[in-house]
Amino acid sequence: MTTNQTKGKKKQEPAAERPGTAAARPGRSGGPSPLFAYAPAPESRTVVDIAPSYGLFVDGEFTEAADGRVFKTVSPATEEVLSEVARAGAADVDRAVGAARRAFPAWSALPGAERAKYLFRIARIIQERSRELAVLETLDNGKPIRETRDADLPLVAAHFFYYAGWADKLRHAGFGPEPRPLGVAGQVIPWNFPLLMLAWKVAPALATGNTVVLKPAETTPLSALFFADVCRQAGLPRGVVNILPGYGDTGAALVAHPDVDKVAFTGSTAVGKEIARTVAGTRKKLTLELGGKGANIVFDDAPVDQAVEGIVGGIFFNQGQVCCAGSRLLVQESIADELLASLKRRLTTLRLGDPLDKNTDIGAINSAEQLARITALAETGEAEGAERWTAPCDLPSSGYWFAPTLFTNVTQAHTVARDEIFGPVLSVLTFRTPDEAVAKANNSQYGLSAGVWTEKGSRILAVANKLRAGVVWSNTFNKFDPTSPFGGYKESGFGREGGRHGLEAYLDV
Amino acid sequence: MSEPSAGTRLGVLKTYKLYVGGRFPRSESGRVYEVTDSKGAWLANAPRASRKDARDAVVAARKAFGGWSGATAYNRGQILYRIAEMLEGRREQFVREVADAEGLTRPKAAAQVDAAVDRWVWYAGWTDKVAQVFGGGNPVAGPYFNLSTPEPTGVVAVLAPGTPALLGLVSVLAPVIATGNTAVLVAGERAPLPALTLGEVLATSDLPGGVVNVLSGRTAEIAAPLAAHQDVNALDLTGADADLAKELETAAADNLKRVLRPQPVDGPGAADWTADPGTARLTAFLETKTVWHPTGALGVSGSSY
Repeated sequence: MTTNQTKGKKKQEPAAERPGTAAARPGRSGGPSPLFAYAPAPESRTVVDIAPSYGLFVDGEFTEAADGRVFKTVSPATEEVLSEVARAGAADVDRAVGAARRAFPAWSALPGAERAKYLFRIARIIQERSRELAVLETLDNGKPIRETRDADLPLVAAHFFYYAGWADKLRHAGFGPEPRPLGVAGQVIPWNFPLLMLAWKVAPALATGNTVVLKPAETTPLSALFFADVCRQAGLPRGVVNILPGYGDTGAALVAHPDVDKVAFTGSTAVGKEIARTVAGTRKKLTLELGGKGANIVFDDAPVDQAVEGIVGGIFFNQGQVCCAGSRLLVQESIADELLASLKRRLTTLRLGDPLDKNTDIGAINSAEQLARITALAETGEAEGAERWTAPCDLPSSGYWFAPTLFTNVTQAHTVARDEIFGPVLSVLTFRTPDEAVAKANNSQYGLSAGVWTEKGSRILAVANKLRAGVVWSNTFNKFDPTSPFGGYKESGFGREGGRHGLEAYLDV
Repeated sequence: MSEPSAGTRLGVLKTYKLYVGGRFPRSESGRVYEVTDSKGAWLANAPRASRKDARDAVVAARKAFGGWSGATAYNRGQILYRIAEMLEGRREQFVREVADAEGLTRPKAAAQVDAAVDRWVWYAGWTDKVAQVFGGGNPVAGPYFNLSTPEPTGVVAVLAPGTPALLGLVSVLAPVIATGNTAVLVAGERAPLPALTLGEVLATSDLPGGVVNVLSGRTAEIAAPLAAHQDVNALDLTGADADLAKELETAAADNLKRVLRPQPVDGPGAADWTADPGTARLTAFLETKTVWHPTGALGVSGSSY
């Protein structure tokens, strides 16, 4: 294994610059990284108090699982056990759905303005506790504190603020004079943005008057359980939000429960298809936000330095564990050499290591399973003849790590150009004409995101118009906002989250 | 079909055919089935389309998608309105076919045909309003221009309801193509003749070949390969009963087709084809694309205009 040889933890130059700023870029590629040495700058863990064990949050109370099962959640950066969490089974799903059903009549009958005030309270409490939640998320997920602090948490609070404002304005949203909530929403979320995905699910559901049973991912249950405490602080009526940590079997039981009216899932396309089969023939309304293989298209007139920053942010943000990652770089042939040289130079400056260090760019992979999946796909890439390049950086001795990696000489037939890797691995393809770029970009079962880099406005509009993708970032990448609808074409799922569009998933329309 | 007698002219019967890719083929299987009126008297033989016909129809619909979805909304509106004109011009023929198919009185059949014409007009007017009503700018918290636009989903397989034989099928077909999708329409099994004749209207309305493809036959037999087809993007199950709908929805999960479930035939929530159609059928087969672009800044001097 070329990338996972382990060395002393974070002994290499503990310095960094933020991707997105152009400071201190070294002027040559390869060789030892000529960076400034920074002292470690760890964010304090003391702002968060993680209990040794957590229960399920059902009907306003923390309780054990009916069968008493528990599982451990670990810090992927150190493999340290953070806490032991109750594991919900079918009986617990039944109890939680029952609690949500009982809470539904009163919650949906509340004047919208009152529901709005609960959501505003939640938004405010999240802002107040944002540092604590950021540290917690970094510990449980492995992503850099810079991302949880500057991206995840501000977006979480903003999402609750945004949907709070909709709660008393639903009749103006374009879904008829009196749009009705659906009932009990069963929501299953992934581990890559645990609290942000919770916000995307819970905020619109509550604003529209539904009640919620949410299952966080088995590797990242803690922020959802802290959110339960936020709900308590906000005085949210019992049963309106229920949190059931567990594995895939818990999610399957929730999705299949006959008293669930709405299913929302973010995760892999394979599981999404299974869920679609489960709800077939039922009354359950379904929205799915699934995988992607986003094409990031760079034309020869693009500003190379900005494009390089966008490419890096597009695939190495959150260690590439992003459904809308720009994991396929399509670069115009005439500038491919120049761009790749720049890109490799930039990648040698990324800091991989302690996620709590404020200078860290690349954190830990979320789990041993995910690391194994990334490793296997990268090995497939090599075996199929693509050329591998890995940024020179030392990996910590414990935890799950994968160095930023590029594949060149990639064709559309290669596995690394087709399958979602969900890790810090970028496949580079070239094109000659805009038509070829569009054809290659659209040659995917997925259709979640795409990027276009060019200084020519008409080309941006022409290409964006032809791309079969739900989100197109032009001369930027990986931007999110609660007002902006997000979701996929084709097998990247259906339905939109965010914006006015995001209300539809939770209304009887 | 009255017996010929001296002094009366023997009528020329029509051979009903499929409508695929702008042409009128027979089923490649060579099969037909008997279509009868509401009292069981023979009306015509309709083609009994096969799996292969269904696949051919998907190929035709896919081929037509780029041009139709890329046509201006104004142009699509003009063509939908032209369909209304052509349908109006053949009103008598459709009144007869609908009356035969459903055993309706002439006035009732005429009312249905008029409603079907009006429905084309309603959707003709929607083509260039959808983007404004369902899309728009998003006020993101940053220096970005952010625009959401509805786009057609792609190839939509549509199972038309059995009745009302013409109004039902126009009500499910028109919203699909108004937004730029292309369609494979499976006519109601028992009364397919108005659907097959509608193909003749579509063929003379400047609608590009392949935008609408009309198949007749056994719904379950044709729908199964469409629901499982990897190049079909969406499925309207209106004409399926509950068991068939569940089976098709399950098959459709294989490539995550967008599925519009059937409404109950009666009881609360039942389809009322004469009511204001609303926009639900328009939006069921739309994707939302959101494009971001930095707005940049004019610098210090720009802030004061």
